[in-house]
Amino acid sequence: MEGKQTIMRRSTLAAVAVVGSASLLLSACSKADDKSDNNGSKSAGANAATKDVVNASTQKGGTVTYEYSDVPDSFDPGNTYYAYMYNLSRLYARPLMTFKPGAGESGNELVPDLASAPGEPSDGGKTWTYKLREGLKYEDGTPITSKDVKYAVERSNFARDVLSLGPSYFQQFLEDGDKYKGPYKDKSDKGISSIQTPDDNTIVFKLNRAFQEFDYLVATPQTAPVPKAKDTGVDYVKKIVSSGSYKFESYQEGKEAVLVRNENWDAKTDPLRKQYPDKIVVKLKVNAETIDQDVMAGKAIDLGGTGVQAATQAKVVNSASQKANTDNTYGGRLVYMAINTKLAPFDKVECRKAVEFAVNKVSVQTALGGPIRGDIASTVLPPDIPGYEKSDLYTTPGNKGDVAKAKEQLKACGKESINTNISARSDRPAEIDAATAIIDSLKKVGINASLKQFPSGKYFTDAAGVPQFNKKQNIGLHMMQWGADWPSGYGFLQQILHSDAIGDSGNTNLSQLDNKDVDSMLEKAIASEDQGERDSLYAQIDKKAMEEAALVPLTYFKVLLYRPANFTNLVSSAAWSGQYDYLNIGTTKK
Amino acid sequence: MISYILRRTLAAVILLLVVTAVTFAIFFLLPRLAGQTADQLAQQYIGKSPTQADIEAVKQNLGLDQPVYVQYWDFIKGIVSGATYDLGPTTAHCSAPCFGYSFKTHVEVWPQLTDRLPVTVSLAAGAAVLWLVGGVTAGVISALKPRSFADRTFMGIALAGVSLPMFFTGQLALFLFTFQWPIFGREYVPFTENPSQWANTLFPAWCSLALLYSAIYARLTRSGMLETMNEDFIRSARAKGLRERKVVVRHGLRAALTPIITVFGMDLGLLLGGAVITETVFSLHGIGEYAVQSIRDNDLPPILGVTLLAAFFVVLANFLVDLLYAAADPRVRIS
Repeated sequence: MEGKQTIMRRSTLAAVAVVGSASLLLSACSKADDKSDNNGSKSAGANAATKDVVNASTQKGGTVTYEYSDVPDSFDPGNTYYAYMYNLSRLYARPLMTFKPGAGESGNELVPDLASAPGEPSDGGKTWTYKLREGLKYEDGTPITSKDVKYAVERSNFARDVLSLGPSYFQQFLEDGDKYKGPYKDKSDKGISSIQTPDDNTIVFKLNRAFQEFDYLVATPQTAPVPKAKDTGVDYVKKIVSSGSYKFESYQEGKEAVLVRNENWDAKTDPLRKQYPDKIVVKLKVNAETIDQDVMAGKAIDLGGTGVQAATQAKVVNSASQKANTDNTYGGRLVYMAINTKLAPFDKVECRKAVEFAVNKVSVQTALGGPIRGDIASTVLPPDIPGYEKSDLYTTPGNKGDVAKAKEQLKACGKESINTNISARSDRPAEIDAATAIIDSLKKVGINASLKQFPSGKYFTDAAGVPQFNKKQNIGLHMMQWGADWPSGYGFLQQILHSDAIGDSGNTNLSQLDNKDVDSMLEKAIASEDQGERDSLYAQIDKKAMEEAALVPLTYFKVLLYRPANFTNLVSSAAWSGQYDYLNIGTTKK
Repeated sequence: MISYILRRTLAAVILLLVVTAVTFAIFFLLPRLAGQTADQLAQQYIGKSPTQADIEAVKQNLGLDQPVYVQYWDFIKGIVSGATYDLGPTTAHCSAPCFGYSFKTHVEVWPQLTDRLPVTVSLAAGAAVLWLVGGVTAGVISALKPRSFADRTFMGIALAGVSLPMFFTGQLALFLFTFQWPIFGREYVPFTENPSQWANTLFPAWCSLALLYSAIYARLTRSGMLETMNEDFIRSARAKGLRERKVVVRHGLRAALTPIITVFGMDLGLLLGGAVITETVFSLHGIGEYAVQSIRDNDLPPILGVTLLAAFFVVLANFLVDLLYAAADPRVRIS
């Protein structure tokens, strides 16, 4: 998903993760009584939460406070698309599957949540069956059934005039997904025919194509059950019926949400949640600098999870003691510049290759905040996404660009100079700085690019995402940042490289790459049962896209989190783009 | 007097209608004139990869499929007589004054405004008292002793105050008095719940805002007083044997107040429409913060709501200023 923190990560290390997570769990339990000062961040060291549980404790009570500088799209699990909300919503909305709370790569392991086991595929991956756990209840004590899960999927995917903010993968992949009108227009009890509920504990999804990564799709909050009788559409956010370990005590739109223990949640039905704090407070629209101060004082956790502000970063990285309290890890995102393959002269691959060689990636990295905010990239897939294979087709000395090679490509393209425009988001200073650095690099080889800025909110709907607009405005280069909707090559690549993702507006395939090989390899990968084959195909797609010079990878984005003292069970999970896993964070403060 | 109030009220209503029409045009008409289609407008309020059916449904739900004048008329009608909205499984009636539903958050705009208004009023009122008292006092002292140490000090502070942007003084005040030396609270508490806590929390914000505004008032008062104190009627007042204090306050300051009242009315009116930067810096959930969020989201109904409210306050403040003129300056008669 663009520019948002994403749900991420790898399943290639699943076997390692199983062992790793089990040992983590054990170590977490055994460490619980070890730290008398409950201030693990002081002794844990830099990046400790990316490797292990920091400040592991089973201590109960107290209030855990989250702060966010903005407002989320929605607390409604069926109407959100932000990774931090996917992460947080699990406290009150249990999806069929989720990611196991674990540090770093171990957090990528998919585990059953509301379901008792992972999905059982049949019909070559076109049918997926899930069994729900026994004894599941809502906060009001009424039983949770598979029909509620079906209803949750229907309302979140098929009523987009009302709940428009989440993704619509189920609509795309379910059989007859294009025909069903949604539960608000189709008032019959039958619902969509491709989701079947033969009994209260079984749910069957029938897809229009083989989709071997379906377990990732049901790990979204869209599968968290919603009782039809309690659904009030857009107003449901004001009174969400909890299926998780916490329930809403109060909710003030755009200001604050307070969660308290859900007495009807039963630990026997849930091997993941521990219900440590008494209360969870989510404060919204808090000044970003104030959040940094509070995080460093051990008073709050930054809900957004992208890390500290620039001023705090400068302070933190220059202090050894403070740096020891940071977690600096990949955020499952690629910062890149798309090259418009449909706009002359970039419709010629040689002209695109000239750009590849011309860019000084070190200056771009510096503009983006230095190595702490991202390693220099040379592939489409970041290192924390399955399918990543180290490769650099356009090596330049010290990654500082190669003017001679760039000019050579330009000549092969039949050009001595090119005049073009580069688009970037006006409200993202780092992106503007990076674009400016690129303009300087390109100028040295005779490519004169002018910066065109557009607000984030209109970047895809009105500007860079509108092919016709780009043609009119001669915009050949687009600044871009991308993270996957789920941690796999398909989840990362499909929306930015597949020709199906090109649209008249809202286009995310900014390169407008329309390559049959790429398309067919993506289709082949998602239908393959063999994960090894899938990952190998993702690596090939990556290589193909780079051969086509469809985009210039700039940096593999990294988050810089400050690990607040006083909070327990902190793990920076790759599944949540490096954010702390919010499921079992507790506090040592009463 | 009554006919004056009626005329002013009618003018205010017309002005507010013009303000809404202009705001509406900026957000709906201009994009259309620039070639944007209703489909593209609808896509701003929908998630990724929408189908044409999704877009059509959103267009219909938000009224984007209607001509712009119909949309505007529906909005105005909603303010006067309320409106009914589709929430999905049910519909909801939004009673007058209905500013509609937010396109993004899908909550009613009017309760959001009334909920946030006390925060903005608290901020503006407290700061206004400080800057008025501080600014006018400093201006009077400076005017009475021009080129003295006090004059130079006050004017120096005024210059600094007006030069330093709010995002600097606010952040500095927040850092010093809330984090470094936690003298003041951070969580806004309504006046009705705990007046002392309310004042304690808002004090740094008041001071930061007052520093910015009092500078203007100090300089205005100083120049006005310098001019007035050299007038013949001041000399006459002194010749009559009036005490200097009476001469300064009743005759000098009163005559110099007219421009200050004008500016004060405008400033307070504008602030009540939302102190955008101050509310953002101090994490106050007021009207200004709501406006910023709505503009970022391109969310028209809240933007219209905030604009209308801000315009209302400016109009109201100007009206009150006109009334105050008469009280401050006997030469002015309302007719």
